[in-house]
Amino acid sequence: MNAMEQRGHEQIDLEVSGRENDQTDQYLTFIMADEEYGVDILSVQEIRGWETVTPIPNSPPHVKGVINLRGTIVPIVDLRQRFGLERVEYGPLTVVIVLKVAGAKASRVMGIVVDAVSDVYSLANEEMKSAPDLGDQVNTAYIKGLVNVNNKMVVLLDIDQLLGVDSIPEVSISAIKEMKESH
Amino acid sequence: MSIDLSQFHQVFFEESFEGLQVMESCLLELDCSQVDSETINSIFRAAHSIKGSSSTFGFSEVSEFTHVLETLLDQVREGKRQLQPDHVDLLLQSVDCLSNMLTALQAGTAVDTAQSQQLIQAFHQILSGAGEPAAVGATQSEVAASAPTVSASDSTCWHIRFVPEAHLLRTGNEPLRMFRELAELGELETQVNLERLPDLGCLNPEECYLSWDLYLTSSHPRTDIEEIFEWVVDDCEVVITASGGLFGEREQPAEEFPAPAEVMADPALPTEQAAPATAARAQQASPTPATRKETGKSAESTSIRVSIEKIDSLVNLVGELVITQSMLGQMGADLNLNNIQKLQEGLAQLEHNTRELQESVMRIRMLPISFTFSRFPRMVRDLSRQLGKKIELKMLGEQTELDKTVMEKIGDPLVHLVRNGIDHGLESPEQRLAAGKPETGTITLNAFHQGGNIVIEIIDDGKGLNRERILQKAIANGVISEHETLSDEQIQELIFQPGFSTAEQVTDVSGRGVGMDVVRRNIQELNGSIEVRSVEGQGSTFTIRLPLTLAILDGQLVEVGGQTYIIPLVSIVESLQPDMRLINHVAGGCDVFRLRDEYIPIIKLWEVFGLQPRSDNLAESLLVVVETGNTKVALVVDDLLGQQQVVIKSMATNYHKVDGISGATILGDGTVSLILEITDLIAMGGVTQQAKNGLQLVSGKTRAA
Repeated sequence: MNAMEQRGHEQIDLEVSGRENDQTDQYLTFIMADEEYGVDILSVQEIRGWETVTPIPNSPPHVKGVINLRGTIVPIVDLRQRFGLERVEYGPLTVVIVLKVAGAKASRVMGIVVDAVSDVYSLANEEMKSAPDLGDQVNTAYIKGLVNVNNKMVVLLDIDQLLGVDSIPEVSISAIKEMKESH
Repeated sequence: MSIDLSQFHQVFFEESFEGLQVMESCLLELDCSQVDSETINSIFRAAHSIKGSSSTFGFSEVSEFTHVLETLLDQVREGKRQLQPDHVDLLLQSVDCLSNMLTALQAGTAVDTAQSQQLIQAFHQILSGAGEPAAVGATQSEVAASAPTVSASDSTCWHIRFVPEAHLLRTGNEPLRMFRELAELGELETQVNLERLPDLGCLNPEECYLSWDLYLTSSHPRTDIEEIFEWVVDDCEVVITASGGLFGEREQPAEEFPAPAEVMADPALPTEQAAPATAARAQQASPTPATRKETGKSAESTSIRVSIEKIDSLVNLVGELVITQSMLGQMGADLNLNNIQKLQEGLAQLEHNTRELQESVMRIRMLPISFTFSRFPRMVRDLSRQLGKKIELKMLGEQTELDKTVMEKIGDPLVHLVRNGIDHGLESPEQRLAAGKPETGTITLNAFHQGGNIVIEIIDDGKGLNRERILQKAIANGVISEHETLSDEQIQELIFQPGFSTAEQVTDVSGRGVGMDVVRRNIQELNGSIEVRSVEGQGSTFTIRLPLTLAILDGQLVEVGGQTYIIPLVSIVESLQPDMRLINHVAGGCDVFRLRDEYIPIIKLWEVFGLQPRSDNLAESLLVVVETGNTKVALVVDDLLGQQQVVIKSMATNYHKVDGISGATILGDGTVSLILEITDLIAMGGVTQQAKNGLQLVSGKTRAA
């Protein structure tokens, strides 16, 4: 319910900024399986290299474990596995983006493992196209919108939707692929 | 007045609740036949400061009500009125009422004045009670108390000459606000006197040059007017004159304020004066209208009062730490082999400092358990009337300290146990006399430290648990079958089963049978345990064991499948290398291990956690026997590492609760290690009631063999 409220707020925000027309937000983008994804830069706490994690017993495979981030226990999620992509060996370029995620009660700090960090874009809200409706089968709640940067599509992720709620919605990369085609 | 008073609200509420607590405990101490003036004084002081600060913050409902209450107390204090038991009852009710009002204000909801109005009426009845030799001073207060009901025809015209000293504004007092309060009493006309006003060039904006002549037509008595000027009497000249009206002849033509000298002698007053002084800073000579911001929300954060001693010791320790650090820094700058010895000493010093610092910081969270115990005298008193039983409450070890979080969570279970003890345990006076016991039953609350735990005992000398009735009830409820033979211990355990109440009659005090299992669950959530010992006819003792703090734990580090886990040391019974001959396999997939006389189910941690063990041969592993509640299990681990104190970090903060894991901690090398939750593990390991039943079967067999 809270998530719905949040979504409601966001829509209002978009409308408001649409009227003002000069609202731009900055997005940090990263690469995963040759696709570029973006997250709101204000939710990014830090970017760090991959380090060994302490696995959590009986957790879903995409939850790699927890790390010690200056005294805070931070769970690490492999976004590739989260999206159902083939997992790769972690290498020197593998990065962990530490994000602050708005949860139901309080905000939580989580890390996501991605292939590499790409760029920071300033994007006007009006440039952003909402995710196309792909029917009931495909949950697109975690997609904030799509943007075209230099003729490349960037999927802007709503991390609050993606990582915030306890029942993490089923995400599949095929949905994004499909979206790209229809886009 | 741009100061946002709401920032002080939290402090106000805390202080007021503290004050109420003082009032309550003092009222309970009061012996009507022999009134201790010191006790009355402390009640009065508490009431007075609540009144003062509540009017500062504009909570007029509270201040008006406290005022009436104070009037009665004042008379008692002055010896003008003999304290009666029903006065104490009324005062106790008022404490409850005030506490309700304050809670409502804190929550930002409307205050229900119905209760307070009723109590005010009751106070008026007492105050105007016939046959009481009310002195002149009392008459005044009486009128003050009944002021709201005085009809408008009683109006008096007061002339108030108000000449403040130049430094009035610097004490944080605001004439305009006082006038506004006066205007609330009746019709106010003001005349300002500008003769002291200097030229603009010499005008100091922080000084007050004005004086006023005020004409107030009001039905309120003089005391109400005096009260408004109460905080400024030292800093000004106030002359109140009655000019006609009903009270005109009774009052002297001109009486110098301050009239009630005893108010000045009141030790509570300095703190009161301090309150508005901090709340309101100096204003300009021409005061701007006050904007009082009323915020509806209550502050969520809780605070803790720490004794200055604890803070001082912390400061000292930090000082030492800094010295050690600079010493080590110096050594690091020119490090050579000759210095190694010194370096080691320095490091030892550092370790020592750190540990002490850690302990001190932890001690800050510790509060004496009297904070929780303090609610019981009142509860016992009320229950004793309600149930017609004579009860004496003994409290021991009230200074025993424990963590604030633990304390907050243990309150309700304790209340439940005490109520239970009084309702079910203690007999009526007649029954007690018949049983050859003293008429007055005793409930004892005892708290003490034992090892790393705090132990709280609730002891009653009542009739004890009725073995037969518990058994019957358990059989009726289907908890046990008719032919089972149980030891006394097992029977006493039964009362912690859900839905178990042997009270023949459900009273509103207890007996709904939702209690004891909830009590046990709450205590187990705190990593504690509860047990009961009872002797029929002599009473019962409930013993609660709790960890001193929830933040730190002594842990045993173990290795399972290449990962390091921590087992709380308190739950470990022993660790051993298993003798394969003592291990039996039970049909159904559970291995049991014979430890002396007991058969203990074995839980393979690597299996539960889905890890790859170093060896799945039990002979090459180690067993750690752990106990929770009354269940023992043996955990299979690859290796035992060290023991150390660990700081518990929640997994739920950034993730969510993980089955079998109570939290995480950070080890010396910076890696995260998970702390095992034994209760969960037992459930996960499949050691359920069925398995235990199977266990009994098998144990019987092995014995036969």
